[in-house]
Amino acid sequence: MILQIAIDITLLLGQIMLGVAMLLAAWRILAGPRAQDRILGLDTLYANGLLSIVVFCIRENSMLYMEGALIIGLLGFTATVALSRFLMRGEVIE
Amino acid sequence: MTETLQDVPLWAECVTAVLVFAGATLTLLGNIGLVKLRNFYERVHAPTLGATLGVGFILIAAIIHFWAATGKPALLPVLIAAFMTITTPVTLIMLVRAAVYRDRTEGNPEAPKEI
Repeated sequence: MILQIAIDITLLLGQIMLGVAMLLAAWRILAGPRAQDRILGLDTLYANGLLSIVVFCIRENSMLYMEGALIIGLLGFTATVALSRFLMRGEVIE
Repeated sequence: MTETLQDVPLWAECVTAVLVFAGATLTLLGNIGLVKLRNFYERVHAPTLGATLGVGFILIAAIIHFWAATGKPALLPVLIAAFMTITTPVTLIMLVRAAVYRDRTEGNPEAPKEI
């Protein structure tokens, strides 16, 4: 019983830490100072959101939202590659 | 998902909780580094702590948890882990190349020297 409560508190703490990590990444997006810092912050924010969804799935004991996490991973990869190409060339598709 | 989820045995929940806590701590440390470090070429190292070890620990926790809950190995966490492991270096190499290109064309002294 006590072990069950400890497990619940540990998972909740993990979620809180991931939330704080997302706030820090959002601060890096807002503060800059240059475009590449903002893109790095956005990439980190995507990865943290994915992890936070996975921890939510574990707490709820349901696989429903896991596909959402996979889609966030795919979209984050595409977004970062497109933004890096934009920084390099000034356009995304040549 | 259509398969039924049973209650997870206590040892599996303990292992899951410890792994989730470790992964979340590493991710938070990486993000503190992202905020605290001074220039871009130092900052780009910090969040990879969360993108490799954090993702690894938390998805191993998910694999163990859902394996114990459904009785067979879950495919989606394995897919997510493999995908993140493959794509993170690719995106960061592209981003740093773009940043180096910008800094060199502007003559910024922070840019790494030509080899």
